[in-house]
Amino acid sequence: MDLRFPDATPTLDEVQALDSVLGPSLIAEGWEREHGGAHRAEALRHRLLPSLHALQDRIGYISHGGLGELCRRLDVAPAEAYGVASFYAMFSMEQRPPRVAHVCADLACQALGAGALLDAVQAECGPPNQTGVAGAWQPSPCLGLCERGPAVLVTEAGAPAHEAVVAPAIATDVAVALRVGPRGLGAEAPVVDAVPQASSPEGRSALVLLKRVGVVDPSSIDDYRAHGGYQALRAAAAMGPSGVIREVTDSNLVGRGGAAFPAGRKWAAVAGQPVRTHYLVCNADESEPGTFKDRVIIEGDPFSLIEAMTICAFATGCEQGFVYLRGEYPRALEHLQHAIESARSRGYLGANVMDLGFAFDIEIVRGAGAYICGEETAIFNSIEGYRGEPRSKPPFPVEAGLFGKPTVVNNVETLVNVLPIMLHGGQAFASIGTPGSTGTKVFCVSGSVTTAGVYEVPYGATLRELIELAGGVPAGRTLQAVLLGGAAGSFVRADEIDFPLTLEGARAHNTTLGSGVVMLLDDTVDLPTFLRRIAAFFRDESCGQCVPCRVGTVRQEEALVRITLGQRPAAENVHDMQVLRDVGRAMRDASICGLGQTAWSAIESAIDRLGAFEGLSS
Amino acid sequence: MVGLATVFGAGGGTSSYREIEDTDVIVLWGSNARFAHPIFFHHVLTGIRNGAKLFVVDPRRTASARWADRWLGLHVGSDIALAHAIGREIIAAGLYHRAFVEGSTTGFDEYRAAVDPWTLERAEAVTGVPADAIRELAHAFANADRAQMCWTLGITEHHNGVDNVLSLINLNLLCGHVGRYGAGINPLRGQNNVQGGGDMGAIPNKLSGFQDILDDDARHKFEGAWNCTIPPHHGKHLTQMFESMERKEIRALYVIGENPAQSEADSGHAIHILEGLEHMVVQDIFLTKTAELADVVLPATAAWCETEGTVTNSERRVQRVRKAIDPPVGARDDTAIIVELAHRMGHPEWDYPDSETIWNELRSLSPMHAGMSYGRLEEHGGIQWPCPSNDTFEPSFLHGRLWAENLADRGRLAPFSPVPWAGPVDLLSDEFPIRLTTGRRLDSYNTGVQSGAIASPLRQGETLDLNPDDAMRLGIDEHELVLVSSRRGSIKAPVRFDSHLRPGLAFMTFHFPDEIDVNVLTIEANDPKSGTAEFKASAIRVEKLQAPADTHLPVAGQ
Amino acid sequence: MTMMHETPVALPRRAVTITIDGDEVKVPEGATILDACKVHGTDVPTLCYGDTLDPVNACRVCVVEVEGNRVLIPSCSRKVEPGMVVNTDNERTRHSRRMVLELLGSSVDLSAAPNVQGWMQQYDADPARFGDANTMRTVQQPVKVDNDLYVRDYSRCILCYKCVDACGEQWQNSFAITVAGRGFDAHISTEFDVGLPDSACVYCGNCIEVCPTGALMFKTEHDMRQANTWNEAEQRQTTTVCPYCGVGCNLTLHTQDNTIVKVTSPHDHAITSGNLCIKGRFGFQHVQTFARD
Ligand SMILES: Cc1cc2nc3c(=O)[nH]c(=O)nc-3n(C[C@H](O)[C@H](O)[C@H](O)COP(=O)(O)O)c2cc1C
Ligand code: SF4
Ligand code: SF4
Ligand code: SF4
Ligand code: FES
Ligand code: FES
Repeated sequence: MDLRFPDATPTLDEVQALDSVLGPSLIAEGWEREHGGAHRAEALRHRLLPSLHALQDRIGYISHGGLGELCRRLDVAPAEAYGVASFYAMFSMEQRPPRVAHVCADLACQALGAGALLDAVQAECGPPNQTGVAGAWQPSPCLGLCERGPAVLVTEAGAPAHEAVVAPAIATDVAVALRVGPRGLGAEAPVVDAVPQASSPEGRSALVLLKRVGVVDPSSIDDYRAHGGYQALRAAAAMGPSGVIREVTDSNLVGRGGAAFPAGRKWAAVAGQPVRTHYLVCNADESEPGTFKDRVIIEGDPFSLIEAMTICAFATGCEQGFVYLRGEYPRALEHLQHAIESARSRGYLGANVMDLGFAFDIEIVRGAGAYICGEETAIFNSIEGYRGEPRSKPPFPVEAGLFGKPTVVNNVETLVNVLPIMLHGGQAFASIGTPGSTGTKVFCVSGSVTTAGVYEVPYGATLRELIELAGGVPAGRTLQAVLLGGAAGSFVRADEIDFPLTLEGARAHNTTLGSGVVMLLDDTVDLPTFLRRIAAFFRDESCGQCVPCRVGTVRQEEALVRITLGQRPAAENVHDMQVLRDVGRAMRDASICGLGQTAWSAIESAIDRLGAFEGLSS
Repeated sequence: MVGLATVFGAGGGTSSYREIEDTDVIVLWGSNARFAHPIFFHHVLTGIRNGAKLFVVDPRRTASARWADRWLGLHVGSDIALAHAIGREIIAAGLYHRAFVEGSTTGFDEYRAAVDPWTLERAEAVTGVPADAIRELAHAFANADRAQMCWTLGITEHHNGVDNVLSLINLNLLCGHVGRYGAGINPLRGQNNVQGGGDMGAIPNKLSGFQDILDDDARHKFEGAWNCTIPPHHGKHLTQMFESMERKEIRALYVIGENPAQSEADSGHAIHILEGLEHMVVQDIFLTKTAELADVVLPATAAWCETEGTVTNSERRVQRVRKAIDPPVGARDDTAIIVELAHRMGHPEWDYPDSETIWNELRSLSPMHAGMSYGRLEEHGGIQWPCPSNDTFEPSFLHGRLWAENLADRGRLAPFSPVPWAGPVDLLSDEFPIRLTTGRRLDSYNTGVQSGAIASPLRQGETLDLNPDDAMRLGIDEHELVLVSSRRGSIKAPVRFDSHLRPGLAFMTFHFPDEIDVNVLTIEANDPKSGTAEFKASAIRVEKLQAPADTHLPVAGQ
Repeated sequence: MTMMHETPVALPRRAVTITIDGDEVKVPEGATILDACKVHGTDVPTLCYGDTLDPVNACRVCVVEVEGNRVLIPSCSRKVEPGMVVNTDNERTRHSRRMVLELLGSSVDLSAAPNVQGWMQQYDADPARFGDANTMRTVQQPVKVDNDLYVRDYSRCILCYKCVDACGEQWQNSFAITVAGRGFDAHISTEFDVGLPDSACVYCGNCIEVCPTGALMFKTEHDMRQANTWNEAEQRQTTTVCPYCGVGCNLTLHTQDNTIVKVTSPHDHAITSGNLCIKGRFGFQHVQTFARD
């Protein structure tokens, strides 16, 4: 392709970083370069995101020279690569210090004092985003560590790059991290700490999906097998692909990523597509504020996800699987990477899985800081090396998904549910929970709660029971409201918590379970601040594609700020309330994807159910 | 045009642009369409995005070549050797279209014999293209359901340009890639109405609509319409004209819209010949270098925006040009000038009030244009020839007859051309070790009289493009002014590094003759069949200038 | 214009019947709802839709209600399905269209976008309701004039992606410009926002051809607008053929006072689909600037 590349040259570090992902340097330009034209470039495009990570990891930002070299090697136009890189929050397009502390400013941490932490960090380390220093800090959206907020993630560029989390964190931790780097920080809390039920035998006995967390050694495939691992795959092999799909259909398993779509229907649709190749994408982007269950599963029991994906691939004819893993999950990345390598070396992945006569392998794709990439079509664009913008549907992923081929997209939790289904049958699975909502559900309980963490309960437990299981709000406080489903969900009042946590129960109560976020707000939480954070989240995370969402999220936040901060005549508040409703309705009706469609839900429910601004408008 | 006319009777590309989007293999041979025919290249790109494989055969790794699945970087002037090797490989691998070859072509055995010596190994040695690349192209081309062969001046601007073209057409005949939707042979015309000039009979051997001047019936038809006698023999093509002028057989010249003083190879010689004429009339929209030599200059209007008429493009589409602005005072339509001349020469009966009248006369004489009324041209955004009927259209591709069920319906079968290979006339030597080839840049056109007015941010002026390693060996820096010499003359030019050029190859354009006259260097060896000169292959030497040269633009040909 | 026969191999397309605002409309399979609305004579506003480009359905001004769907549907991209029941003009669709126009109007200068002022009135849009119109023009920025052929005024840009698609894979394949950034910060940009002369731009102007808002503009037009001499009512358009290479692209010359002021190309012509190269787009100066006597 006759692309024009910038004159800037890469540094040796950048060349090496690219070598590490793309192999030793090819002749990048000139009469001797490799042949292939547009078709070669198309085939290489999906290497773009990993290559950007390599550059960012090595020097802490994307330079002109580094981007140019990357473009030469992959035959990507510099403007396109720039457009992709600048889409993601984790990539800095300007020179940045090698050490960066990402201090969570999001919802759950806010209930746990993130506001005070941010102030203290500012006092101790200076303003955010400083340049010309060894380390800088910046506020961050939810880091998926909500059970031990306020949370901080520290990154350090280099060869190799280092990442570490500190949670709960104090300002001194951040100062230390910026001075000496993440290696100066203490060890991270064990994974099992995030599963309070695991601390007692009776609690543990209730666990199905989480039963191995804290029990099994996540780095040992043998230990996994010793704890029942790979029996489900054997059972699946015995049933054959159509048998697997029948059991999954009979189980009534629905997606746990938020949309609650029947998994069996999705699998059957892909299995039935004559076009090859079929792809499996495991959605582990987990960026909904307050969600951290997938992280716990991957960190604590990574082989279960690999086994479940293998079963899905077997049933639906997928030759290649991808785990799209949230970029800010260093421990999950390490555990999963190791697990995939051992599975591969032991023949559980590869050309002939377990000698069962089918091929399947898994590649991890690291996200780069974009909530929208969890949307089921944006995830394809992101993996393919494009901006993570949702596609318009139809066509649906089962017909034309990743690389335009039939694709299964499932959430991590959805997939691991397949293991009990294989072991005990779809019927048995369906007998747990309610007829409308089968199996167990992992809820992420966070915010103003005595024992935050992931809780696995059969569908049908009431919200009150779940809150009690987590010890309720800390002593001396009272419950103000519960945010269900995260920023994209809705609030319920403290007097509304007696409905069953099922899909139909939530629907009947005009709310949603979403991805399983149960965030408690006690009386100390300032609701207007909380709502502004929700609005800011959507403004930051809108991909910018469609007008209702791109401009609407901004106008929504502005109106909210005016309403909550302004000392104004009532008429102006009335006007802005109307703006909120008008913008909100257009976002819900006319946005391309779920992000815009739900960007007003929580705020609307705060107004309508919690009476958030009743005092203000009069 | 000569090559296609020889084989098929009609001198026009056989497919429409649209068909290249629906083909499986595209070969661009000696064509940097990305620069020279950018919007045609859009159709190629659509083809690529639809999955077609692109092969580019060109000594340079051009902008077009960088889009190719495979680039075949042959030595300048080795095209026939390469084409023959491809043909031989297709035959040897048993991939040729037996039914088509047997039923619709003639001369296969001679062709087979002619290509037989061209083994992959020999071709690699002569062309410099790796044998596996030749094989890859051969197999892809032959195995494709539909394939397109396209070329431009890179093929024709050689001393044996017509033979080059014939050697390519052979390949399409061999594989049956002609006469079907999506399969075809397409020369891309360098100028907006080269095709139209041919259509209208502005070639030495044809009347309008490619009717043979030696055909008595055709000639009589025109004689009847024009009330005159048409000489029953071929005229002269450009090279023959220059030869006649040199011999003083032609002593007066009427030049319409051409600039031979700058566009001919070995321009010093060309100017000398023009200066020796007894009388020269130049009719042009600009006071060109040629016009400066003229006895009479007739200011003309810009055909594309100041007059009404038609032009024909490379896919044989006849389209209307229309008047958008008034010409400058004193400038007149080409046709008005010609009619006025006729009147003054004693033919007051010439009566053409407007361009449509002329066009309708043409329609009455040229069957392939008969169905193209101005109204229909307007309605359909142009019409491809042939269009004999006022009501219907022919298919967008030519020569479907070759696939007719009955032999009788296939018309004249298409002959293979067992052409010989001969390398460039201007041989490389120790004294002139570098091969200079010429071509176009994106934002410039021919000698730059029109494109020079574009305030193009892309323009870098004329340069001698060299491979950086070559330059390094000669101790030359980028932008340095150097002396470039061929057996005919020397010029000074600044050097530009181009890593896409193979070592030993240099490149220049001919867009800036006023500053740097490349045609001082090029060789005036002409193709005896078409009269096109060998712009594409000169042997040169590049030398550092003694003293640090002043950085101002150099003066042409010292 | 109906081009002469092009593809002799296409199968005839089946007809699909849908209901639009209560009337049955028959269109060929593969048509969009927008196509069907055109057949029906229903007026639907569009901004990001381009007749030569794949729909990106980003602006959402063309939304309609399709019964059975939770959300509104972009008519420019959704293909018809048998039995679809479409409402184009009810309170719900009018609300979203009004909001799209208001939201755009609150952040972009739409004064050079044809039709938009009319739709603003038709849908009662009031962009000023989000606050002071000038402070709300959040993307106001200086015009980029970095070459002599065309200018970029991104304070007029609605981020319709059309220029990016025209410059990129769908037509020009030069990839000089892209959408960079995210959300409200998303903007059209070269790599690291370098000027056009340092970018991959080849000045084909195919981006200008598709820009619906005047954000991309011939330098001639920009200068005349600055000098207050741009007068569209006085202009004539004449379609002719490019004087340069043998491809035969059709050029539409826009003339004012016997001077060519800009060049476009017919979108429905099979050779160009509205695209040109630098020579056809900007190579007209020689007939007006040179002394030609
Ligand atoms: C803005 C947005 C973000 C999303 N993020 C995630 C996510 O991080 N993880 C996830 O599993 N699903 C996410 N989803 C839901 C996915 O679109 C999709 O429904 C899900 O991955 C399907 O898997 P499931 O059926 O197993 O739930 C998101 C949806 C939207 C609209
Ligand atoms: S002029 Fe052409 S190359 Fe330049 S940005 Fe526009 S579309 Fe791209
Ligand atoms: S510059 Fe024009 S074409 Fe490009 S996105 Fe903006 S409004 Fe659309
Ligand atoms: S616009 Fe460009 S490609 Fe089209 S005819 Fe003119 S010079 Fe040729
Ligand atoms: S980690 Fe802070 S809100 Fe989730
Ligand atoms: S015109 Fe349909 S979404 Fe913009």
